[in-house]
Amino acid sequence: MTPQPFDVEAVRRDFPILSREVAGKPLVYLDSAATSQKPQVVIDALAAYYSGINANVHRGVHTLSQEATEAYEGARAKVRAFINAAEDAEIVFTRGTTEGINLVAHSLGTQRVVEGSEVIISNMEHHSNVVPWQILCEERGARLRVVPINDDGELLMDEYEAMLGPKTALVSIVHMSNALGTINSAKDIVALAHAHGVPVLLDGAQAIPHLPVDVGELDCDFYAFSGHKLFGPTGIGVLYGKREWLEQMPPYQGGGDMIKSVTFERTIYNDLPYKFEAGTPHIAGVVGLGAAIDYVNGIGLERAAAYEHELLEYGTEQLQAIGGLRLIGTARHKASVLSFVLDGIHPHDIGTILDTQGIAIRTGHHCTQPLMQRFQIPATARASLAFYNTKSEIDALVEGIHKTFEVFS
Amino acid sequence: MSDLVELYQELVLDHNNRPRNKRAMEDASSTADGYNPLCGDQVSVFLKVEDGVIADVSFQGVGCAISQSSASMMTQNVKGKTVEEAEALFEVFHGMVTRDPGAEVDSESLGELEALAGVCAFPNRIKCASLAWHTMAASLNGKQQEQVTTE
Repeated sequence: MTPQPFDVEAVRRDFPILSREVAGKPLVYLDSAATSQKPQVVIDALAAYYSGINANVHRGVHTLSQEATEAYEGARAKVRAFINAAEDAEIVFTRGTTEGINLVAHSLGTQRVVEGSEVIISNMEHHSNVVPWQILCEERGARLRVVPINDDGELLMDEYEAMLGPKTALVSIVHMSNALGTINSAKDIVALAHAHGVPVLLDGAQAIPHLPVDVGELDCDFYAFSGHKLFGPTGIGVLYGKREWLEQMPPYQGGGDMIKSVTFERTIYNDLPYKFEAGTPHIAGVVGLGAAIDYVNGIGLERAAAYEHELLEYGTEQLQAIGGLRLIGTARHKASVLSFVLDGIHPHDIGTILDTQGIAIRTGHHCTQPLMQRFQIPATARASLAFYNTKSEIDALVEGIHKTFEVFS
Repeated sequence: MSDLVELYQELVLDHNNRPRNKRAMEDASSTADGYNPLCGDQVSVFLKVEDGVIADVSFQGVGCAISQSSASMMTQNVKGKTVEEAEALFEVFHGMVTRDPGAEVDSESLGELEALAGVCAFPNRIKCASLAWHTMAASLNGKQQEQVTTE
């Protein structure tokens, strides 16, 4: 059986925002690495939740509360299946990737990171996977170690392996780089750390909408991602953690829902995952995330990834053919990201000129200043793809880049 | 497109390509560093003030065409002015880049600085144009070595 060709036009009709205009031209949205657009089913799920079943979860015997709890926990089961976690209790809802990383840094970090120990990150981390560890290491008198990368933007795995040792308390590395598109060998990163008994957190913010993620196969100890990059709402994210770690970790925040019983003398914490979900959660966001996962499953992430890869290859060829353009991030394994600089033109100016053509890209340091320092550039222009983008949008980008050169000529 | 032409005028591009007074100053009487965290524009302004007059001014930095050309034009336009005159010119310049598009500008006071008038049509670029001026003002006010941000 031949697989059905990917019907991008049908997919585009699912995303209402893609039919709007910017600056009198059809919107060309090439900033999905910053946040993805939302399909109508996700928007509808939010409205249906608020208009039909809104109530607080895990309390109250009334019908609405029960329905809201079912919707909330139902979405947790969808997340578990989506990343192939062993059980629902290993899925903790957070505000986003950043909060997931901070949770681990505060909770497991304060247990494991002691004076003289080391935390390993890489040169291509987002600030959200740098700063929490920097704060922790400063507090504890520990050392932050950084795995270097080569000029293509690939991790130097030999150097990583050499860094691991008895002092290593924790490894936290990005699965897919937001600024370069590099897909790291997550399975090897985990296996090498495990050989030293070291737990690994993977920052999956960028990987989750582009690669099938199987935490069982990766064998990572933690996996953090955000709903809004997976076609879901902002303000909701997921931290997957292996039960053995989550059980021994202290709570991150105290409050309602994370307790079994409270007296002024003693509080007994709730079971997993509720121990890590203090306060009323973002119920609508969770429901929306569940709808987004249903949507992605309907499309088929593997098919979508194959289509995206085709687009990436086309975009890479087209951009490389432009004189005076240099791609930043040319890893063998990469997805979705076309980061570039133009001779003599600052990325911020590129962004403004493209915006007047209706083309949305991200310009700047992409919250990866140490990575910019590595490449000795102040910033890049970044076009990032999702499965709703088309070759003609890449052609529009190319035309916009030529226009940029014209304005500056 | 007309907004773009207005923004990237020939004079602006010329100052971007051949920035004036772009150098460090060993004997500056005050300096300040400005930084726009949104886009990473950086500018350092060096001033030599003698008897209340800006005897010399220079800058260094990296950033977009708007920030670099604005810094270059700023140095040319405050050099030789008294501190009060430079501060007053900053106010006029700031008024120009933050005005409602279409509103009048004080052409007489601004002179060639009017080349940056088109910035007002691009709200997220106003900070690029005003960074060097904020930094210059901070330096004048003795906020030596203090980091200025336009956020």
